[in-house]
Amino acid sequence: MAEANNGRIEIEGVTKRFLTPRGEVFTAIKDVSFSVEPGQFCAVVGPTGCGKSTTLGMVSGLDRPSEGTVRVGGEVVDGITDGVSFMFQADALLPWKTVLANVALGPVFKGASRSEAQTRARDWLRRVGLAGFEDRYPHQLSGGMRKRVAMAAALINEPKILMMDEPFGALDVQTKAIMSNELLGLWEQSRPAVLFITHDLDEAVALADKVVVMTSSPGTVKAVYDIDLPRPRGSVQEIRFEPRFLELQHMIWDTLREEVERAYARTAGGPVQEGKAA
Amino acid sequence: MSTASTTTTGGTVDAASAGGQQSAVARAAKRAVLRRRGAVWAARVGFALLVLGGWELGARTNVIDPFFYGQPSGIWKSLINLFQSGTEFGSIYANIWVTMQEALIGFAIGAVAGVIVGVALGQSRFLADVLGPYIKIVNAIPRIVLGSIFIVAFGIGTLPKILLAAVLVFFVVFFNAFQGVREVDRNILANAKVLGASRLQVTRHVIVPSALTWIIASLHSAFGFAIVGALVGEVLGAQQGLGLIIKNAQNQFDPNTVFAAMFLISALVLVAEWLIGKLEHWLLSWRPAAASEASNAI
Repeated sequence: MAEANNGRIEIEGVTKRFLTPRGEVFTAIKDVSFSVEPGQFCAVVGPTGCGKSTTLGMVSGLDRPSEGTVRVGGEVVDGITDGVSFMFQADALLPWKTVLANVALGPVFKGASRSEAQTRARDWLRRVGLAGFEDRYPHQLSGGMRKRVAMAAALINEPKILMMDEPFGALDVQTKAIMSNELLGLWEQSRPAVLFITHDLDEAVALADKVVVMTSSPGTVKAVYDIDLPRPRGSVQEIRFEPRFLELQHMIWDTLREEVERAYARTAGGPVQEGKAA
Repeated sequence: MSTASTTTTGGTVDAASAGGQQSAVARAAKRAVLRRRGAVWAARVGFALLVLGGWELGARTNVIDPFFYGQPSGIWKSLINLFQSGTEFGSIYANIWVTMQEALIGFAIGAVAGVIVGVALGQSRFLADVLGPYIKIVNAIPRIVLGSIFIVAFGIGTLPKILLAAVLVFFVVFFNAFQGVREVDRNILANAKVLGASRLQVTRHVIVPSALTWIIASLHSAFGFAIVGALVGEVLGAQQGLGLIIKNAQNQFDPNTVFAAMFLISALVLVAEWLIGKLEHWLLSWRPAAASEASNAI
């Protein structure tokens, strides 16, 4: 089991192929290499179907690369990586457990006693602003509140690496902005390395230290950009108007647009207009 | 939460008159609900009277031959007779108890085995692939015929009936448990694994509760199967039980007693259904209220 003691993620020459039910080989990602430093916030952007989620699966140890290696904290990932937490677009909360029991799951799985797990869960619920909602069931909460529960559940084990797969993708614009701010606040307290998948470029630039742009099927790394906006960033709504933000956003969009158009042409079934995209 | 904190005097007056209007609307709504409920019950009673009255009338005018098909008044007499003077095989209560015992024990064994095997197979792709075709084959067999084998092998006591009920229940519960495990949300599973859950913890905290909705749904129909198993076992050969009373009445050309036993059984199943419903409500209390419970459109 790899120890994520310093949380450095190194992805080297990773290719992942799947066998489709019809027996064809489908290459999800091909020769992907990039790394995330401890405490760094790294966003991965790319069109639909570029293998972003596949990459996350391999860092967490849920999935294995067909070729290449994934190292976390210097050790090759083999089995579930220790010190990693996940946040998905869809709720991964257990609907039959209360909010408190959901957040307490992390410590319970790690072998903490029931009362200790609940004490820590209460503390985390307070930190995400949900004190008083301990006994509710997830379906009784709004989408934004459920995200906060998921955030508390993901952070309670104090992970070295936090992986987020379009965590705010299903939220409305205002809630998304609020949740992004809260995420940054919590992240700045414990500073895990973050691997954040999104297809929203504004979100990526506003949150991340580093943006990895991926191409679609097979997914490859097209470019990596360092985001030198100062931290703490403050409100993600306001940073959008900073000249440097716009500069970076335009630069990355130029790279991304081509990929998005190509992926769209493919899924929409229209002719691929190579000349126009280039 | 902060909407109701500031109210001016004018606002309070408005709120009061709005409240008065609201209570008038609520009263009207309540009346409409009561009226509807009354109409439904009247129609229900009317329907029962129509069917039973038609049957009785048909039997008395010989349109329906009461020798073969019985008649409601005869069924009522048989019922009273069963309770007052008992049967050739002891009191009616003793017979009901024997049948219920067989059904309940068979139900418990079949349900527990079905859940265990369903959850185990649902988690192992390999086992599921290996055993899949055999399960299909066994499922295609009319399992009720197994009753004959059980009677020959274990005599005419309660054991073969319990086994038959258990076999019938097992398959219903098994298929649902299996399907329930297969339907577990992939994200939730991945999340639990990444949080460090062991295999046992995943089963306990994620898989079983998730499959419970499916399992409980199957218990409703499974109890009906348990009763069918016990009854068929008794008809095939028994010393006591409602199935034996039915068989005996059949041999004596007494359709009224057959119907009487039938109604007794359906009453018992309804009680069991109600209890399972309570169990369901208790186990699945976390679920949001169903749309029909949550609001009643006027």
